[in-house]
Amino acid sequence: MGSKTMKTFDMPQERLLDVDNVQVHFPLREGLVKAVDGVSYHVNKGEVLGIVGESGSGKSITARSIMRLLPKRAVDAGGQVRMQLRSGEQFDLSSFGRNSRAIRQVRGKHIGMIFQEPMTALSPVHTIGAQIMRTVQLHMGLSRAAARERAIDLLAKVQMPRPEQLVDAFPHQLSGGMRQRAMIALAISCDPALLIADEPTTALDVTTEAQILELLKRLQSELGMAIIFITHNFGVVADIADRVSVMYLGRIVETATVDDIFYAPKHPYTQALLRSIPRLGVDQGRRLPTIPGMVPDPFSVPPGCTFNPRCSHALSGLCDTQTPPEKRFGSQMSRCHIAEQFAQEPVHA
Amino acid sequence: MLAFIGNRALLAIPTLIFISFISFVIIQLPPGDYVTAYAAQLRHAGEYISPLQEEMMRDQFGLNDPMIVQYWRWISDIVLRGDFGYSLEWNAPVSTLIWDRLMLTLAISSASLVLTWAIAIPVGVYSASRQYSFLDHLFTVFGFLGKGIPDFLLALILMWLAFAYLNMDVGGLFSPEFQNAPWSLAKLGNLLSHLWIPLVVLATGGAAGLIRVMRANMLDELGKPYVETAYAQGLSEARVVWTYPVRVALNPFISTVGWALPALFSGDVITAVVLNLPTTGPLLLQALKMQDMYLAGSFILILSVFTVVGTLISDILLAWFDPRIRNA
Ligand SMILES: Nc1ncnc2c1ncn2[C@@H]1O[C@H](COP(=O)(O)OP(=O)(O)O)[C@@H](O)[C@H]1O
Ligand code: SF4
Ligand SMILES: [Mg+2]
Repeated sequence: MGSKTMKTFDMPQERLLDVDNVQVHFPLREGLVKAVDGVSYHVNKGEVLGIVGESGSGKSITARSIMRLLPKRAVDAGGQVRMQLRSGEQFDLSSFGRNSRAIRQVRGKHIGMIFQEPMTALSPVHTIGAQIMRTVQLHMGLSRAAARERAIDLLAKVQMPRPEQLVDAFPHQLSGGMRQRAMIALAISCDPALLIADEPTTALDVTTEAQILELLKRLQSELGMAIIFITHNFGVVADIADRVSVMYLGRIVETATVDDIFYAPKHPYTQALLRSIPRLGVDQGRRLPTIPGMVPDPFSVPPGCTFNPRCSHALSGLCDTQTPPEKRFGSQMSRCHIAEQFAQEPVHA
Repeated sequence: MLAFIGNRALLAIPTLIFISFISFVIIQLPPGDYVTAYAAQLRHAGEYISPLQEEMMRDQFGLNDPMIVQYWRWISDIVLRGDFGYSLEWNAPVSTLIWDRLMLTLAISSASLVLTWAIAIPVGVYSASRQYSFLDHLFTVFGFLGKGIPDFLLALILMWLAFAYLNMDVGGLFSPEFQNAPWSLAKLGNLLSHLWIPLVVLATGGAAGLIRVMRANMLDELGKPYVETAYAQGLSEARVVWTYPVRVALNPFISTVGWALPALFSGDVITAVVLNLPTTGPLLLQALKMQDMYLAGSFILILSVFTVVGTLISDILLAWFDPRIRNA
């Protein structure tokens, strides 16, 4: 609790979270996997940051390193994660131990988290009410009765039907969409400043997905919280995010506002991902272009720009030897040697 | 929940009737009957009874009546009058023969069950949450030893150790001077000083296996997303582990409560014989050898009642513990 109200580092006033050069490695028998290889992004207060990337690109591991919830085998290989609340309170999250009291006072209280699998992310032998009550009793010091009241209010807030009854329901009695609502109620139960949503709609059908997205947007503006919204689906990101970071093989390759990402992408990987989104009307009956080649296996990441074996713009002698630097165009960032080339031409009309 | 219990209890009744009849029949399946066995025993001792005398005994005991009549006489006495019949061999009512042993058996099996769980659950939980730690390896070795060494051998070793080094008199549950004494504090103390060997023997055997089960269950559960969710709420490791995955990992355990009750009746006969325990196992063995059908039949009946009741108890516990079963 040493960091309480203490101002330990300088951060812009509007900044909520700063993820700086985070690295996470998995030393496996087959070799070292650099699952997160120097990821930097930031989240402003009340903002929605979308993180997009193919499966295995390190989105979840980065999110877990914010929460200090890395898998047992993972090695924290460096970087810094810092958080600053509206109250001015600051936390150097990366200095907290996995089971330290300090991180436990951030988890669930200042940062809520929603996971991909609504089927298994809630305890099967406790009612959803009991699970929510445990969290609010822990962080808000409420009595049992007050905690139950709050649990019912929260369920109403996430538009759970009949909250007074379903507070006593077990997860297996609920549909996938309702479970995800319960999960959201749990994650926002202590009014967190940041909500990390790790593919919260991937396991749901399209209709339910749309409802959950709608709900998250509403809660976000109601509660004024920031959201890190992780997905591998560009369509979903367009719907909810203010800014977007694109990840490839453990690195952020491009970050920009949602408009710039869609209308002026400056990284060939972003462009390729965008081309593979089906568009209503335009693409009917036409085969969608897919990105050529396969995601390289994590033990033999290509040298230079890691995307070069699959990139149609790749320049031999440059892209396959030198790691591209971060190039900035106003608020937009691209890690591509030839990012300037895409500065004017709109790729995706 | 009440409907669930009522349902299961009603189902148990036909099961018990069926078991009681089958066991009565099976006991009489071997050629001959109690009188044959009794005559053989007498001849063995150099005495002799005439076939006529044998016939008279049969008449007197009602052994010539049809099986169904004998069964009815036996079971109706039990159900209507609580009378378990007469042991032909011991020349005493079955209930007086069984009662003390039954109570002791119950006491020993429940104590060893509690001890088994008290060892297996914390150790299994620890081993899983500190997988591959030094203590986890140590417990694994202990587990394999405990499973590998037969119970009766462990009983013999412990008896020898207690006798040779602790200067204790072992075997049986009481020292001779207390054997027939009325119950008193001293007698209770004497019982406890004898009880630890059978308890240790039964508990180590059981715990060794259960530790492995608990560890495997826990490893399964610890990897599940709901555990990560619990950590993400800011709960401490101890609270996460004990409130969430342990609750789920215990379920398969609870379903074994039912088997634990009758275990000492039958499965642990050898240990009981070695330790000279006045439990029910050795008595049942003897009754079966002599075709002492009322004694043996009552035994098996009580054994079955315990099995059925035990299963009922574990079903109820399981339903109480796991909402997924309750609502199924
Ligand atoms: N428990 C683990 N053990 C070993 N490697 C892992 C583990 N979790 C993740 N990884 C590695 O980290 C990479 C990134 O994983 P993750 O962050 O889950 O990807 P994403 O969420 O983008 O789909 C994976 O491709 C894998 O190589
Ligand atoms: S650096 Fe080269 S290989 Fe990498 S994305 Fe840019 S053009 Fe393609
Ligand atoms: Mg993921």
